Amino acid sequence: MSAGAAYDVVIIGAGPAGLAAAVYTGRGRLRTVVLEKAIPGGQILLTDWVENYPGFPDGIAPFDLMENFRKQAEKFGAVIETDEAKGIRREENFWVVAGQSKEYKARAVIIASGAAYRKLGVPNETRLTGKGISYCATCDGPFFRDAVVAVVGGGDNALTEAVMLTKFCRKLYVIHRRDQFRAIKILQERVFANPKIEVLWNCVVDAAEGENNLERAIVRNLKEDRTFPLPLDGLFVSIGMDPHTEFVKGVVELNEWGEIKVDFRMATSQPGIYAAGDVADACPKQVATAVGAGVSAALSVNEYLESLG
Amino acid sequence: MDIPSVTDANFDEEVLKSPLPVLIDFWAAWCVPCRMIAPTVEQIAESHKEKLKVAKMNVDENMKTPGKYGIRGIPTLLLFKGGELKETMVGVQSKDKIIEIVSKHL
Repeated sequence: MSAGAAYDVVIIGAGPAGLAAAVYTGRGRLRTVVLEKAIPGGQILLTDWVENYPGFPDGIAPFDLMENFRKQAEKFGAVIETDEAKGIRREENFWVVAGQSKEYKARAVIIASGAAYRKLGVPNETRLTGKGISYCATCDGPFFRDAVVAVVGGGDNALTEAVMLTKFCRKLYVIHRRDQFRAIKILQERVFANPKIEVLWNCVVDAAEGENNLERAIVRNLKEDRTFPLPLDGLFVSIGMDPHTEFVKGVVELNEWGEIKVDFRMATSQPGIYAAGDVADACPKQVATAVGAGVSAALSVNEYLESLG
Repeated sequence: MDIPSVTDANFDEEVLKSPLPVLIDFWAAWCVPCRMIAPTVEQIAESHKEKLKVAKMNVDENMKTPGKYGIRGIPTLLLFKGGELKETMVGVQSKDKIIEIVSKHL
């Protein structure tokens, strides 16, 4: 494996946290490389429209927003490489981040590798993914014109997807395990006002069924302990995220959900390694908070490198 | 490497009757994960050009073929060999994973 050039900081992930950090480390004249396994932007690209990022009163398309982030990071010298971090190890005074075919060496690392949508973990879920089960309403919604679909979840993302899907489907169920939503109020108001949406409170999905395509979900009402089949063409899963931290297990401390433990400066349990955004335990899953955490991490890296002299 | 587009009209000719196995990427302009996977598909097309034909189909412009194969989520990659569907991969996959699955049929 070739030893890549030495940088001052390796940033893992080009989502909001990683790119915001790169703007700051670039302006600090730190040689910055950002590793991105897919395309710059992160999970927010899967959202329909961003209307809660301050500074854009009419909202902004996530692709446009993140394209601006990328341009701003590159303007100040950050290099974005298409590569996936496979591990981090210590070598003398450096951290070495192993990519797919290259290694990246630096005295500081910012982990901003984000998170992926969580699966339900029910029978037939994998087999019927792409055959009616989906984790991305903006991608797959148009396949469900005039169909009956359900969204599982009760957070901001679930309700945003539910409202968006009513543009296509004729009937939409929201399946939620509790008797109230934790989503922000404005989204709840939109759900309650939408005549196509029916909420199934206190309900969970026990199984998905169907021969070639999804035909029904087996839904259980937790309060009444009653199970019933719900005929469906589509089932959209939006029950939270799992952090991308497999490659740092045993390197930095993780909490019980696999998120990286950080302090208020975004420092992890290892000197010189910082974490920000959805992958870190102290960060709500928002673009704006990811940006804040990324900037904090960048400032901490600056200070840390100065302290090394 | 530019990936050629196939359509409902030439699917039989270009895919089912192809002498080489064909990896076909079903995508649409509004699908961001499709854009995420596109560079990977291009790299595989380049690195496997002797043994594998790679094509893409826009599901907005072509509805018959996605309907025939029950595609209800994109990106979906299908692998055909000798006119038969051999593999189905739904969603964003790593390059290693795609190569591992495709290689079984080369």
